[in-house]
Amino acid sequence: MKAKIFITLKEGVLDPQGKAIAQSLNNLGFTGINDVRQGRLIEIEIDKDNKPSAFKEIDQMCQKLLANTVIENYKIEIT
Amino acid sequence: MKAAVIIFPGSNCDNDAKSALEKLFNAEVSMVWHTDTSIPKVDLVILPGGFSYGDYLRPGSIASKSKIVEDVINKGKKGTPILGICNGFQILTETKLLPGVLIRNSNLKFICENTFLKVENNSSIFTSRYKYNEIINIPIAHHDGNYFADENTIKKIEDSNMIVFKYCEKNGSISKNSNPNGSIKNIAGVINKSGNILGMMPHPERAYDKLFGTVDGSKVFTSLLDKLLR
Repeated sequence: MKAKIFITLKEGVLDPQGKAIAQSLNNLGFTGINDVRQGRLIEIEIDKDNKPSAFKEIDQMCQKLLANTVIENYKIEIT
Repeated sequence: MKAAVIIFPGSNCDNDAKSALEKLFNAEVSMVWHTDTSIPKVDLVILPGGFSYGDYLRPGSIASKSKIVEDVINKGKKGTPILGICNGFQILTETKLLPGVLIRNSNLKFICENTFLKVENNSSIFTSRYKYNEIINIPIAHHDGNYFADENTIKKIEDSNMIVFKYCEKNGSISKNSNPNGSIKNIAGVINKSGNILGMMPHPERAYDKLFGTVDGSKVFTSLLDKLLR
C-alpha cells in the first residue's frame, strides 16, 4: 500500500521560506500572488491488510515523528 | 560534580561543553553515544549544539526519538538538571520537555555572531549567579533559532516565569532590532515549569574564558554549584 502524507504549516505560523518564494516569483514577473506557504510531502510504502489499519499506523507515525503538531497539520492519503 | 554530554551523529559542540565543565569546575564528564541506552548517574546532562542527524526532517526531531534520549526524558522527569544548547534546545522542544518549537530564522540566514541577552529569570538553578535583568554577551550560531509557540503557550510561559533569556540591545532594551532570528518576544532561552530543564539557543560553552572574548556564559554552568552545594 502506498501512502502520501502532506505536512503543512498551521495558519498563523510564520513561513519565511514561503515569503522568500513569493518574493522570487514576484521578481520573475508573476503577479497577483497573495501568499505562498511551503510544506512537505512524504511517501511511504507499507505492508498492511487494509486501508484503515494502514491509516491508523501512519497517523501514529505523524503524531510521533513525521509532523510537529505545535506548528504543522498533516493529511494522509492512501492508495 | 559529575556530568554527561550526549553525542549524536552531527553534534559539534560536545567537546566545547566538556571543556567548559572541566575547566570551570574540574567536573568528571562522561561522553555518551546516542546508541547507548542509559546515562550514568550524574548531576547534569548536556545536549550539545550541532546538527544531529543532519537536521533531517526538522532540527532535533530524529535525535529526540533516539534510544539515549528516552533516558534523558526519564531523568528530566525525575528532576536531573538538563541543559540543551542550540541543537540541544531544538531536541528538548521536539521531546516536548520544553514548550514551543524552533523554526527557520526569519531572514533565512545562518547567523553566527555575539548577541546581548537579558537575564529575565535569575531564580533558576542555571542562572542563580546572574543578577536579575543582567545584560550578558554570548554568541549564537544557528539557522533555526526562531522561537515559536501559540499565544496561549506564550502567555503560560510568561506567567510561570519560564522565559530565562531574551535577546536585547547593549543597553538592555528588548527591541525588534535586537532580535536576530524572529523569535516571538525575543525569546532566547526557556526553562520547564519544574525548573530543571533549560533550553537556550546562545552558546554559553563558547563564552567561559577570556580567550573567547567574553566570559558571560560561565555562570550558566557555575550557578549549578549553588544547587549542588546546598
